[in-house]
Amino acid sequence: MNSSSIAYWIMVLPGYVWLFLFSIVPMAGIIMAFEDYSPKKGWFHSELVGMKWFEYLLVIPDAKRALVNTLIIAVSKVVLNIVVPLIFALLLNEVRNMIFKKGVQTIVYLPHFISWVILANIITNMLGANGILNHILKLIGHEQVLLMTLPQYFRQLLIGTDVWKEFGYNAVIYLAALTGISPNLYEAAAIDGASKWQRVWHVTLPGLIPTIVLLTTLAMGNVLNAGFDQVFNMYNQLVMETGDIIDTYVYRVGITNMQFSLATAAGLFKSVVSFVLVVTSYVMANKFADYNIF
Amino acid sequence: MIEGKTPGAKVFKGINYIILSVLAFSCLYPLWYTFCVSISSKAAAEGGLVTFYPIGPNVQAYKLIMEDLTFWNSFRISVERVILGTIWSMLAMIMMAYPLSKTTRVWKPRGVLMWILVFCMLFNGGTIPWFITVKNYGLIDTMAALVFAGSVPVFNVLLIMNFFRNLPQDLEDAARVDGAGPWRILWQIVVPCSKPIIATIILFVSVGYWNEYFQGLVLMNKAENYPLQTYIRQISVQIPVGVTLTAEQYAQLAQNSNKSLEAAKVFISMVPMLIVYPFLQKYFVTGITVGAVKE
Repeated sequence: MNSSSIAYWIMVLPGYVWLFLFSIVPMAGIIMAFEDYSPKKGWFHSELVGMKWFEYLLVIPDAKRALVNTLIIAVSKVVLNIVVPLIFALLLNEVRNMIFKKGVQTIVYLPHFISWVILANIITNMLGANGILNHILKLIGHEQVLLMTLPQYFRQLLIGTDVWKEFGYNAVIYLAALTGISPNLYEAAAIDGASKWQRVWHVTLPGLIPTIVLLTTLAMGNVLNAGFDQVFNMYNQLVMETGDIIDTYVYRVGITNMQFSLATAAGLFKSVVSFVLVVTSYVMANKFADYNIF
Repeated sequence: MIEGKTPGAKVFKGINYIILSVLAFSCLYPLWYTFCVSISSKAAAEGGLVTFYPIGPNVQAYKLIMEDLTFWNSFRISVERVILGTIWSMLAMIMMAYPLSKTTRVWKPRGVLMWILVFCMLFNGGTIPWFITVKNYGLIDTMAALVFAGSVPVFNVLLIMNFFRNLPQDLEDAARVDGAGPWRILWQIVVPCSKPIIATIILFVSVGYWNEYFQGLVLMNKAENYPLQTYIRQISVQIPVGVTLTAEQYAQLAQNSNKSLEAAKVFISMVPMLIVYPFLQKYFVTGITVGAVKE
C-alpha cells in the first residue's frame, strides 16, 4: 500500500464510521421483524417467530388502511409534482419582464426551505376556527368549516399543500432545461409561421421530454413515500381513516405503543419495496435517459 | 423572437401575469399572515379577525417571548446544533468525497466503498431499529444525538464527489510534481476550487439541521433538550393521537391557546431561515441542477 492510499483510507474513515454506526448497525435490527423482540433479551437472543408479524399485518385493518392511504397520497403527489411545476415553468418561460420573472422565482422557492412543523402550524391556524378561512366564510354568511377535521378532504389537503410547497423548487430543473433549448429553433418555427401555441407544442415540449422522462422514472421510487413529516404534523385523530400512512402507523405502533417487532415489520415492508422500486428506476433512468449519479 | 401582437396574445399575457402573481402571493401570504397575527391584539388574533393587516398592532407577544426561557433555551440548542452539525458533516463529507472521486484504477477500494455508500442511500433499516440503536449507544438526551443520529447525507457526498471529478486533473498533477501530498492537495487545491458546490451543500446541510424536529422528538426525553422545531411542534395545537375528540372539543382546544404568542414564536423560528435565504437561493439552483440536466 502506498502513502497516498493510506491517506485516502484515513480521509474516508470518519464518514464510514458515521455510516456504520447510524446506517449499517440499524440494518441488523431488521431481525426484530422476525422475532418476538424483548428489549431485555436484545436483538440476538429474542425468540424467533418467522413471518408471524407480516401475516398479522395482512389482517389488521389499520395496516391495510395505511397502505391504501399511502398509495393514494403518494401517487397523486408524484404525478402532480411533475405536472404542476412543468406548467409553472412553461408559464414563467413566457414572461419577458426579467424583474418580474426573477421576483416570482425567488418567492416561489421559499416554502421549500420552511419545515413542515412550521407550515403545518400556519396551515392549521389559517384553516382553524379562528383562521382566515372561517373569517371569510363568516363574512359571506356560511357556517363554520373545520377543514382539518374533515376526513373527506384531508387527502386533497395534504396533496394540495405539498404541491404548493414544492412546485417552485421542482420547477428549477425544468427552467434549467428550458434555457438549454436553442433560440434558433424558435426563430425557425416563427419564420415558418408557427403560432405561439404551436411553438410551445412543437419546440418547447419536445425539448423538455428528456427531463420529463428522467423525473418520471426517478419518481417511481416514491410511490410508498407519502411524506412522513407533512402527515405527522398535520394529521389528528379525526382524519385517521384517510390520513394515516405507513410511516405514521409505524411511529404510533413502534414509538408510542412500543410494539417494536410489529412496527419493524411494517417499516421493513416499506424499505424493501421502496428499495426495489428505486433500483429499478435508476436502472431504467440509466438506460433511457443516460442518467448516472455515480 | 417575434412577439405576438394579436388580441389573443395580449389576453394570454395578462392572464399569465395574473396567475404567476397569485402563485407568488400564495407563497408569501402565510408568512405575512403569521406576522400580522403575532403583532395583533390578543382579542383580534383569538377572534379570528386578522386577514391582510395587523389589527391593534402591539409587541406584547414579543415582550412575552423575551422572558420565555424555555423558548430561548430551545433556540440556543438549535443554533449549537446547526454549527456543530454543519462543521462535522462538511468535514466528513468532503474527506469522503475526495478519495471517492478518484477512479478505481487510481484507488482500488473505491469500487467497494462506493457500493456500500449507495446501498446505504437506497436502503435503510427503518425508524424502529434506528431508534433502538441510538438508544443503545446511550445518546438519549445528548447534543451528540442531535448532531450524529441523522447519519451521512449520502446524496450530498455524491454531489461533492461529482464536482471534484470534473475539476481539471492538471491542477492536481502539477501540485503532486511540486511534492504536495494528498492532504495538501485536498485542502489547498481541490477545496478552494470547489467553492460553489461547497457553499450549496453548507446551506443545504445547515437548513436541514435547523428544520429537523423528529430526532429532537424521539431522542430527547426531557423537554429542556428540545431543539426549536421540536419545541414549536409541541406548542402547536395538537390533538394527542389516541384520544378521540369531537370537532367541537377540537375548536375549543384551538380557542384556548394564546394565538399571537404562538404566531410570534413561529415567526421568530423562521427568521434565521429568511436571513440566509437570499444567499441560499443564489447557490442552490446550480447545486440541484448538477448532474440532473445533461448538456
